[in-house]
Amino acid sequence: MENWILIFGMMVITYSIRYSLFAFPDLRFPPLVRQGLHYVPTAVLTAIVVPGMLIPDGQHWQFSVNNAYLIAGLITIAIAALTRHLLTTIGGGLLVFFLLRWAMGQLPI
Amino acid sequence: MTRFQEFNQGVRDMLPMLLGALPFGIIYGSLAGAAGLTPWQTLGMSVFVFAGSAQFIAISLLSGGVGLTVLLLTTFVVNLRHALYSASLQPYVRHLPTRWRMALAFWLTDEAFAVVQHRYVLRDESIYKHWYFLGASLAMYVNWIACTIIGMVFGQSVPNLSEWGLDFAMLATFIGIVVPMLRNRPQIAAALVAAAVALVCHALPYKLGLMAAAFSGIIVGVCLERRVVAVEGEVA
Repeated sequence: MENWILIFGMMVITYSIRYSLFAFPDLRFPPLVRQGLHYVPTAVLTAIVVPGMLIPDGQHWQFSVNNAYLIAGLITIAIAALTRHLLTTIGGGLLVFFLLRWAMGQLPI
Repeated sequence: MTRFQEFNQGVRDMLPMLLGALPFGIIYGSLAGAAGLTPWQTLGMSVFVFAGSAQFIAISLLSGGVGLTVLLLTTFVVNLRHALYSASLQPYVRHLPTRWRMALAFWLTDEAFAVVQHRYVLRDESIYKHWYFLGASLAMYVNWIACTIIGMVFGQSVPNLSEWGLDFAMLATFIGIVVPMLRNRPQIAAALVAAAVALVCHALPYKLGLMAAAFSGIIVGVCLERRVVAVEGEVA
């Protein structure tokens, strides 16, 4: 029961945030805010990706060549910069990541 | 383009994102049981909440025995970025009837935002771009629910699924979204500052570091853009 309350709460919170600005179609933003919105995806997603590469478990820094998240992440960035193609980036990045993990003996097989 | 063509194009443009979400959804489905969710609750969270990173963080916190209030507060902070997406797309959907805006908002994920925004900035006269939005959204939604179910079934037969590092799929997806956006100095500076602040503040509770990083990056981007405009104005 507790878990269903959690799910209900998460649903209400998530939906309210997503609907927030769609709910007010007549609201217009000042130029400064509109300018700021251009930087939202870059800033938010980078702030998720970079710690994910350097602190994969969320607690310990792993500044090492044995960190597949870091090495594969850098290679994925290179693929993205060179190809600018989404599917190539995601597919290539995943392939490199799992090859690295396999070569380093980090896969549970 | 007709409604149907827009819808189809939205589904097709979403396909790369589905690949990225696939491992992530599977790992969620496989780990939720161990965190104490029943199969119906695991599925229910994907159907009703539909927020990958928040669901993921919720089950890791649940395993750690964290209380309801902290879980909901964390959900709020982690998903606050969607308010910014909502604000970014609002000028494009403001003409739609309320039922459309209410529905599309439910499916406003990182992936849908990135794909749909690309469609809206194209300067063609199509009046059915919201059908593109709908197609992209539903593709992501169906894929996410299917992956949750696969994870629930698969997770029981493959031991140690959590040790495979399937979470890298989210990083690869976000890299694929962000890197092509880094076309000018303000964007690059926004990314570098956001990264630095996120690293320095990573230990803050409730993912507050994420918000601090996001706002620092946005402020730096805007300041630099204004300076560039000012300098060009003087030269002219």
